Amino acid sequence: MSSNQPAPTHYVAPLEETPLVAVDAVNVGERKSNLWIDAWRDMRRRPMFWISAVIIILVIIVALFPTLFTSVPPNDDCQLSNSNGGPSGEHLLGFTKQGCDVFSRLIHGTSTSLTVGIIVTILTTVLGILFGAFAGFYGGWLDAILSRAGDIFFSIPYILAAVVIMSVFSAYRNVFVISLAIGIFAWPATARVLRAEILRVKNADYVMAARATGVSNFRILLRHVLPNAIAPVIVVTTISLGAAIVAEATLSFLGVGLPNSTMSWGNDISAAQVDLRTAPQTLIYPSLALSITVLAFIMMGEVIRDALDPKARAQR
Amino acid sequence: MKINRYGIGAIALIAASALALTGCASGGGSTDSTASTASIITANGSEPQNPLIPTNTNETGGGKILDSIFAGLEYYDAKGAPQLDVAESIETDDSKTFTIKIKPDLTFTNGDPVDANSFVDAWQYGALFSNKQLNSYFFEDIEGFSYEADSPLTGLNVVDDLTFTVTLNEARSDFPLRLGYSAFYPLPKTAFEDMDAYGQNPIGNGPYKLASDTAWQHNEKIDLVVNDEYTGGRKAQNGGLTIVFYASEDAAYADLLGGNLDVLDNIPASAYSTYESDLGDRAVNQPAAIFQSFTIPERLAHFGNDEEGKLRRAALSMAINRDEITDVIFTGTRTPASDFTSPVIDGWSDSLEGADVLKFNPDEAKKLWAQADAISPWSGTFQIAYNADGGHAEWVDATANSIKNTLGIDASGAPYPTFAESRTAITDRTIQTAFRTGWQADYPGLFNFLGPLYATNASSNDGDYSNPEFDALLQEGSSTADSAEANDDFQKAQEILLKDLPAIPLWYANVTGGYSETASNVQFGWNSVPLYYEITKS
Amino acid sequence: MAGYILRRLLQAIPVLLGTTFLIYFMVFAMPGDPLLALFGDKTPNPALLEQLRQQYHLDQPFIVQYFLYLGGIFRGDFGTSFSGEPVADILARTFPVTIRLAIMALIIEFVGGVLIGLVSGLRKGKLFDASALVVSLIFISLPIFVIAFVAQFIFGIQLGWARTTVSTGAPIQDLILPAFVLASITFAQLIRLTRASVIETQSLDFVRTAYSKGLSRRRIIPVHILRNSLIPVVTYAATDFGVLLVGATVTEGIFNVPGVGRTLYQAIIRGEGPTVVSFVTVMVLIYLVVNLVVDLLYGLLDPRIRYVK
Repeated sequence: MSSNQPAPTHYVAPLEETPLVAVDAVNVGERKSNLWIDAWRDMRRRPMFWISAVIIILVIIVALFPTLFTSVPPNDDCQLSNSNGGPSGEHLLGFTKQGCDVFSRLIHGTSTSLTVGIIVTILTTVLGILFGAFAGFYGGWLDAILSRAGDIFFSIPYILAAVVIMSVFSAYRNVFVISLAIGIFAWPATARVLRAEILRVKNADYVMAARATGVSNFRILLRHVLPNAIAPVIVVTTISLGAAIVAEATLSFLGVGLPNSTMSWGNDISAAQVDLRTAPQTLIYPSLALSITVLAFIMMGEVIRDALDPKARAQR
Repeated sequence: MKINRYGIGAIALIAASALALTGCASGGGSTDSTASTASIITANGSEPQNPLIPTNTNETGGGKILDSIFAGLEYYDAKGAPQLDVAESIETDDSKTFTIKIKPDLTFTNGDPVDANSFVDAWQYGALFSNKQLNSYFFEDIEGFSYEADSPLTGLNVVDDLTFTVTLNEARSDFPLRLGYSAFYPLPKTAFEDMDAYGQNPIGNGPYKLASDTAWQHNEKIDLVVNDEYTGGRKAQNGGLTIVFYASEDAAYADLLGGNLDVLDNIPASAYSTYESDLGDRAVNQPAAIFQSFTIPERLAHFGNDEEGKLRRAALSMAINRDEITDVIFTGTRTPASDFTSPVIDGWSDSLEGADVLKFNPDEAKKLWAQADAISPWSGTFQIAYNADGGHAEWVDATANSIKNTLGIDASGAPYPTFAESRTAITDRTIQTAFRTGWQADYPGLFNFLGPLYATNASSNDGDYSNPEFDALLQEGSSTADSAEANDDFQKAQEILLKDLPAIPLWYANVTGGYSETASNVQFGWNSVPLYYEITKS
Repeated sequence: MAGYILRRLLQAIPVLLGTTFLIYFMVFAMPGDPLLALFGDKTPNPALLEQLRQQYHLDQPFIVQYFLYLGGIFRGDFGTSFSGEPVADILARTFPVTIRLAIMALIIEFVGGVLIGLVSGLRKGKLFDASALVVSLIFISLPIFVIAFVAQFIFGIQLGWARTTVSTGAPIQDLILPAFVLASITFAQLIRLTRASVIETQSLDFVRTAYSKGLSRRRIIPVHILRNSLIPVVTYAATDFGVLLVGATVTEGIFNVPGVGRTLYQAIIRGEGPTVVSFVTVMVLIYLVVNLVVDLLYGLLDPRIRYVK
C-alpha cells in the first residue's frame, strides 16, 4: 500500500481501564452474523424477489419441458402458404415468414437462448471478477499484465473472433461452443468496471481497519473489498444476459451461429428483420420473450444488490 | 501530491477533448460545391474491388464505372443486341479469323489516338500470364494464349492504323458477341507507363470521363462528367453521373426514398414487399441475365451418374415449389426457371423437351424418390450449402422446407460464414453436400450459360459433369456461323441437361430497381445495369 | 506522474506485438482461400490463382507472412488491399470519420445515460425509475438493425429531419442520427450503472454528513453524489468506446458511413490479412490511450485513488 503515509498506529486500552465490560458479553444462542445469510433473510421478505423468481423458474421450466406448453412441432410442416400469417386455431401467435408456428418456435427456442445467456453470463462474470479483482486490488505489475491482457482481448474484432472460433469448431456447433465464442471476448468490460470500483473501495476506512488488525490481504479482498465493489458488476452482468442472447442472433445472422434447425429467440429475431415493415409481429414476440426474461434477471440482480448492501438495508 | 492529482485529471480531460477535436476537425469541410448539380444523375454502386483496369475488373461495382468511361468495339443495347461503337466493321468468313476495322479520328480523353494498337496492346496486356489479370480467360480462345507461361497472342495482327485481325484456335461463332464486354476495351498509351497509377485514375474513350484526378473517392463515390468528344451511339443525355458507393442495399434504398438518389438498380430484400407501393410506376422489376440453381456433385453417394442419381435429381427438382417460393420469399422478384439460361438472351425457350421436370409435382416427385429408394435406400439429411454473407438463407430454408414437406425426408441449409470459404470447399471438391450456384452472363449469348458450366472439364464445372453428347452439341453450335442454327444446337444440348440435371435450375433473378420523381427515361440493360447515358433529369 | 504515463505507454509495445500476432493468426486460421472469392461464382484457372497467391505472399507459411508484414510496418508500409489501395490510406480515410461518430455517440449516451440514471437513482422505485427501466429493456431486446432501420425510416424518410444516409465527407449534422442509434446500444447499461452507483453513494457517510450540515440538494447532488458515482460509469463508457469504433458495422452500413466498422467487416469477410491487422493495431493504440486517460480521470473523480504505484 501507500508508502508516503505513516501507517496508522492502533492503540488498544487495557481491559481494566474500560468500564463497559458488560457490553462484551456474548449471547452464544444467537446465530453468527453472516453477510450471505443476512442477505437471504432480507431478500425473502421482498415481493420483487418472489416475482422475479417465479418468472425465472417459469422460463426454466419452459426451457426444460417445452412440450408441456405446445403440442405443435416447431420445425415440421412449415408451409409457405402460411407465410407471415396471423393467429389461427392452435397457432396462437401466427406464422413466421417460412410459415412455421411462431409460438411453438418461441417455446422450443427458450432452452437455447436461456442456456447461451446463462453460460455467457457466468463466463464473463467469473473471468471478469478474477481479472478485475486482482488487477484492482494488488495493482502494480499484476495490474499491468492483467489489464493489458484484457485490452488485447477487447480489441480483437468480435466478428473475426466469432468467425474463426465457429469455423474451427464447425463440427461442434452447439450452445456451449457458441457461448464460449461470445463470452471469451466480453469479460474485459466487467473486469475493468470491477477494477475501477475496487480502486475506490480499497482505500475505505473499513479496509484500513481490517488491514490494521492484521487480516491477510486475500481475506480483505474476499470479505471486505469484493462485497462492497460488486454492485456495478451485478448491473453489468444482468444486462449482458440479454446482450448475450442477442449476440447469438447476430452470429446466426452471419452464418456462424447455431444450425438453422436449432430454434432460438435470436434466430427468430434476426430472421424477422427482413419483413419489419410488413410483418412486425414476427419480431415482436421473440423480442418480448427476451425482454421479460431480462427484466426478471435485472430485478433479481437489483434485489441481490440491495440485500448485499447493509447500508441500503438499514435505511428501510 | 494533491495538486498533482487534480493536474493529472485536468491533463486527462484536455487529452480527451483534444482527441475529440482532432476527430471533429479532420474532413469535416468537404461538401458538394458544384452549382449545376441539377442535371447530374446520382446512381448507386459499390466500391470497386480491383483497380479500374478493364481486364482486371470482373464485378459489377467496377464494371458499371468502366462501361461508362470506356467505349469498346461494340456496346449492348437495352435488349442485349450488340451495336457497333468504336468498330466500323467486324467481318469473318469462317468464325475463326476476324477482321476488325476501327472508325477514324477517335481519341482518348487525354488525346491519345484510339487505333488498332490501343486494342491489340490492351488485349496482349490482359492475356499475359504474369500480369495476373482476373479477366484473362476471355482471351483463351485467341491463338497463342497460355495459362502456364508468358506467351504473346500470336492471333492478333495489326494490318494498318485502323485495322487488325484476330485468329482463334477454333471456330467460335459467338466471338463477335463477346466484344462488347469490358475485358475487350482499348487502353491509351499512357496506361502502360504506370498501370497502378492508371488503375486509380483511368483515362477512357467512353460517354463519360472522370471529373478530376481525385474523382474516385474510395468507399464514398466517383464523379463522372460528360465526355464531349465521344461520338458513338451512347451520347450522354444528362450533365454527368455520380456513382455513390453503398455497403448495404438498405442504405441505397433509403436514399432513393429520401430523395438523395436518382436511380437504384437493386432493391434490398427488406423492401421486397413494399417497394412497389413506395415507388408506384417508378418501380422496375424485369427479368435479367442471372441464372440461379443448386448443384449436386456426381461424387455424392446416391447422386452418381446412374439410374438412381437421375431419379433422385428429378424428384428433388419436382419437389420444389418454385412458384410459391418466388412469390412469397422473393415477392415476384425472381422468375421460375424453365431452362438453364435466361429469358433476356436470344434463343431462350420455355418449351424445351423435358422442361416438365422444373414444375412442382409432389406426386411424381414422391414416386421417383420411392423408385430410387428401391435401388438403394436413402438415409440422412439432404443439405444445400450457401455462403451466409450473401443473403441466401431465406430461399435456401424455403427450398429445403419444400423438399422436406414433399418428400418427407430431412432437408436443411448448410451455411458457410464467408463466400471465400464456400468457394474454397467447392473448388477443392471437399464439399459433401449440394451447393448454391449462380451465373451472371458476361455477354448475352446462350453459350456463355452452358460452355463454362457443364462442358467436360470446363473451368466452372463445379459438379464435374461430363456427357460427350452434350459436349458434341455445344461444339457444333459454337462452330455454326448462323446464330439461329447455333441456338438450335444449344437448345438441344439443354434438353440433355434437363435429363441429367447436373444442376437443379431454380429461377432467374430479376433486375429490381427504381428511380426518383425527377429522373425520366430510365431503362435497364440486359446486364441489370441502368443505361445511365439515356437518363434525363428535370 | 510522467514516469507513470511513460511506463503505461511502454506497455503498449508487448501488447501491440501480441495483438498483431494473434490477429494475423486468426485471419490466417480463417478457412477458405480469399483469392477464390475475387472471381465470384466463376472458378479461376489454377495457374493464375497460384500467381496471385505469390503476389500476396499467401503461398508462404503463416510465420513468414507475419514477419513480412511486420517488416513492412517498420518501413512504414502497411501493405495494400486487394483493390490496390495502400492500407495506410484506408486507415487515414476511415478512422477520422469513425472517431468523430464514436465521440458523438459517446457524448450522447453518456449525457443521456447519466442524467436518466441519476434521476432514477434519486427516485428509486418511483414512476420515473420504472419508465426508465422499460425504455432500457426496449433498447436491450431490439437488435441494432431494427433501431437503425426504424430511426432512418421515421426521421429520414417520413419526417425528413435528417439525411437518410451520410453524405460525402461525413459532416457532423449527418452523423447525428447514426450517433443516436449507436448510443442506444449501451444506453441501457449506462442508465443502470449510474442508477446503482447513485443509490449506493447516497447512503454513504459523507453524503449524510453533507445533508446534516444543511447543504442544499443542488450542491449535494452534483458535487457529492454524482461525482462519486461516476467511476464505474466512466469506466464502462470507455470500454464502450472501443465497441463503438469496431462494432459500428451495422449502423455504418445502414447509414452508409464510410468508416472503420464497415471497412473492417469487409476486410474480415474478404480475408485481407494486412488490412485487418492494421485496423486492429490502430484500435489497440486508441484503446490503450483511452484506458490511460480513464485511469488518470479516477484521480479527479475520487482523490483517494492514487494513480502512481
